[in-house]
Amino acid sequence: MSILIYAESAEGKFKKVAFELAAYAKNVATSLGTTVTAVTVNVSDISELSKYGVDKVLKISNDNLTKFTAKAYADAIKQASEKESAKLVLLSSTTDSLYLAPLVAVGLDAGFASNVVGLPVSISPFQVKRNAFSNKAFNITEMNSNVKVLSLSKNSFGIVENQSTLTEEVFNPTIGNDFGVKVESVEKSTGKVTIADADIVVSAGRGMKGPENWGLIEDLANTLGAATACSKPVSDLGWRPHGEHVGQTGKPVATNLYIAIGISGAIQHIAGINSSKVKVVINSDPEAPFFKVADYGIVGDAFDIVPRLNQKLKEFKAHNS
Amino acid sequence: MKILVCISHVPDTTSKINFTNGDSEFDTNGVQFVINPNDEFGLTRAIWFQEQQGANVTVVNVGGAETEPTLRKALAIGANEAIRINANPTDGYFVAKQLAEVVRNGNYDLIIAGKESLDYNGGMVPGMMAGILGYNFLNSCTELTVDGNNVKAAREIDGGKEIVSTTLPLIIGGQKGLVEEKDLRIPNMRGIMTARTKVLTVLEPITANATTNAIKFEKPAPKSAVKLINSDNLDELINLLHNEAKVI
Repeated sequence: MSILIYAESAEGKFKKVAFELAAYAKNVATSLGTTVTAVTVNVSDISELSKYGVDKVLKISNDNLTKFTAKAYADAIKQASEKESAKLVLLSSTTDSLYLAPLVAVGLDAGFASNVVGLPVSISPFQVKRNAFSNKAFNITEMNSNVKVLSLSKNSFGIVENQSTLTEEVFNPTIGNDFGVKVESVEKSTGKVTIADADIVVSAGRGMKGPENWGLIEDLANTLGAATACSKPVSDLGWRPHGEHVGQTGKPVATNLYIAIGISGAIQHIAGINSSKVKVVINSDPEAPFFKVADYGIVGDAFDIVPRLNQKLKEFKAHNS
Repeated sequence: MKILVCISHVPDTTSKINFTNGDSEFDTNGVQFVINPNDEFGLTRAIWFQEQQGANVTVVNVGGAETEPTLRKALAIGANEAIRINANPTDGYFVAKQLAEVVRNGNYDLIIAGKESLDYNGGMVPGMMAGILGYNFLNSCTELTVDGNNVKAAREIDGGKEIVSTTLPLIIGGQKGLVEEKDLRIPNMRGIMTARTKVLTVLEPITANATTNAIKFEKPAPKSAVKLINSDNLDELINLLHNEAKVI
């Protein structure tokens, strides 16, 4: 009865969230006196997982799983979980994992808790802490089902190394080839850090005055290896693509560092970014509501500050890498 | 085409979030409730199908009588009829079981729910309904067109979008993109008047056990005040981010 995790990957490489999930699972497994099994899909070199405490890998290689389809992946995870008699199935909070999680839960007749932050509050009875009310509160949820499915909020535990000796087993779940929903094409910007993957997000609002000024934001993001994002008015005005809109009706952000430039901080914006660890605001209006939720703030003109900050960060990076 | 739009009755974003009864219940005192934003995008798309393709739109909610104004608002926006399942929506699984029963009995072709609600943010209900019913399912749906039984749709993925094809019956977890914010409708007087006479059926719940139990709520610890840094001293910001916050 080990803990099963789905170690998510893209193009044959593990995502960072897979390592965080493994580290989390190891910690919970230790308090339960059990081991961690990871199921992987079309990843040839799985050795990296041993750094984060995975004891066993069920390795799936299947051409029908080249493109993500929730039904097929959920089926594979369900079968892996049954094979391991897992009582606890852990998933990440990526778009794909959140898509398949409820299917896995229903398939396993399991209780499901999403948005889990941190380690279980209690093991017996099993209680977890979850984000709720758009990060304005936490909810302690008790789960009594025999099998439990949890999805872990990104960045809520951290990537903790914990070396283990890993065994590898080829696993061939029974997967059909008709999944009801067929992926026709994928449109994805390449070579850019995505908001979902980024450790740092540089976000800007109407204070930038126009799309022609976004070069400043992109330069700063490049220096920091960050993703770029924007506020809702900016995407509504068409200054930036919709995919960059973060906030309540846009993308959620849970990153290590969120830098808000020329964003006043409407409550809907804050709701979407508030689970980021450290927030920096740069705004010319000292009364901007963002200052109430930020950790660090600079009152001033973005057009003056951002280029100077970028230059100083370049120098800093040159000395510290 | 018969469309069922699942509506959550949620506190408006600007509401103060407080708890009562030993922090075990959400305090609804003075809270303004609205149609869950993700559901409203879906509802508006459903009304488009009604106007352009002759679809019939039913809205459904699991909740007590106090949620009826939210259903009436959906009727005022243009839904043909409403169903309220008279039960406290204890957890995602319980709600999904109730809604799946409505889907089974009503032979709906397209079931639209929001990808998550603003209150519990669980993101469970559409997927669980799909699991229970074995229907086709698309989450984070940002575009949706229906031609006969054939569906073309888009799903938001990390860093882009995916174009998919599928068939009815279909369940989607919808979000912004199904329609844009500017397309959302404010009920007009005529809509509000007609909504009063539209059918709102109250059904009793079927037996279903919740699989999780929200036992307690907590509010985050109060945040310490922002550290202001002089714009002439950007080295100080870099120093704090590096040595204090340890994020660069």
